[in-house]
Amino acid sequence: MAKSSKPVVWGLFAAGGTVTAFVTPVLVLLTLLAALGHVVGLLAYDGLHAFASHWLGKSLLFAIVFLSLWHAAHRLRITLHDLGVRSDTPVAVVAYAAALAGSVAAAVYLLRI
Amino acid sequence: MGERPVELEILRYNPETDREPRFQRYSVGCREEWVVLDALNHIKETVDPTLSYRWSCHMAVCGSCGMMINGEPKLACKSFLRDYVGVIRVEPLAYFPIERDLVTVIDDFMDKLARVKPYLIPKREQPVSDGEYRQTPAELKKFKQYTLCINCMLCYAACPQYGLIPKYIGPAAIALAHRYNQDSRDGGRDQRQEEIAATEGVWDCSFVGACSEVCPEHVDPAGALQQVKIASTVDWYREHLMPWKKK
Repeated sequence: MAKSSKPVVWGLFAAGGTVTAFVTPVLVLLTLLAALGHVVGLLAYDGLHAFASHWLGKSLLFAIVFLSLWHAAHRLRITLHDLGVRSDTPVAVVAYAAALAGSVAAAVYLLRI
Repeated sequence: MGERPVELEILRYNPETDREPRFQRYSVGCREEWVVLDALNHIKETVDPTLSYRWSCHMAVCGSCGMMINGEPKLACKSFLRDYVGVIRVEPLAYFPIERDLVTVIDDFMDKLARVKPYLIPKREQPVSDGEYRQTPAELKKFKQYTLCINCMLCYAACPQYGLIPKYIGPAAIALAHRYNQDSRDGGRDQRQEEIAATEGVWDCSFVGACSEVCPEHVDPAGALQQVKIASTVDWYREHLMPWKKK
């Protein structure tokens, strides 16, 4: 039997899962703190702008956005399958296309900074 | 050592005479410490000798008495009657064709098991005079958990993906392939990957995790499958990004 090429989509999914598991709780906490008026000095607009201006910051932000979106798309694909939606290929195309569109948008915005 | 009346609703089916399966109810006096298998034996001995089911060891070692008890895949020898309230519904393992009553046709699993070569394929044959193939405790620990599988097939009956995709190799067979792949004495991984890294191998697993929940030996097949996915992904990148590197 031929080996599957699923590792491509699954590898990104696994990486995205790891990233979101670490990053999302931190983002939730920081956002809540900011909502309550406690903006950490390092995360003030100027600091973040400087961070996103550097190519290393850009690549880091892009990697996080891309992997998280890919993870969500793959999760959605599997969940729909579990819920009884059996037309896997169209679901996969739409989900991954959405993730890629979001990633391209992130790249464009990041490059404009 | 009290006795109490227990009602069982057992699926009956004889493909030679019945058009479709039906449920038959039995009311029997059972001892407090009995398991479902004891109740089945009691029924067969005293009420209905035509009832068919598989069993052998009565101690969760042989893996023969797997069946659906109140809709959950269980070993009948490990399911105490006292843990159930009301009528206990007993059916053959889900997703397997019925041979008769609670006996299923297990050819599909046996075929898949053989395909993943669940035996040691030595890296190099060494003559008996060279002594044993040595292994450190740490090397043993890497796969010992997966050796505990008793081939009871509860994980197949629990796996919704196996129900949807009959060609899927399934939890136990892939976990057993992983057991040998992890063995420091083994050199057969490439042969097994042909089966388990295929689409109908590990990639039909969507990590529902039910296999590990129902496993009576705590093998954790779901964990093994995730490790196989990671290793197969590394393989894929190695083969496609570094084709000059031999495996």
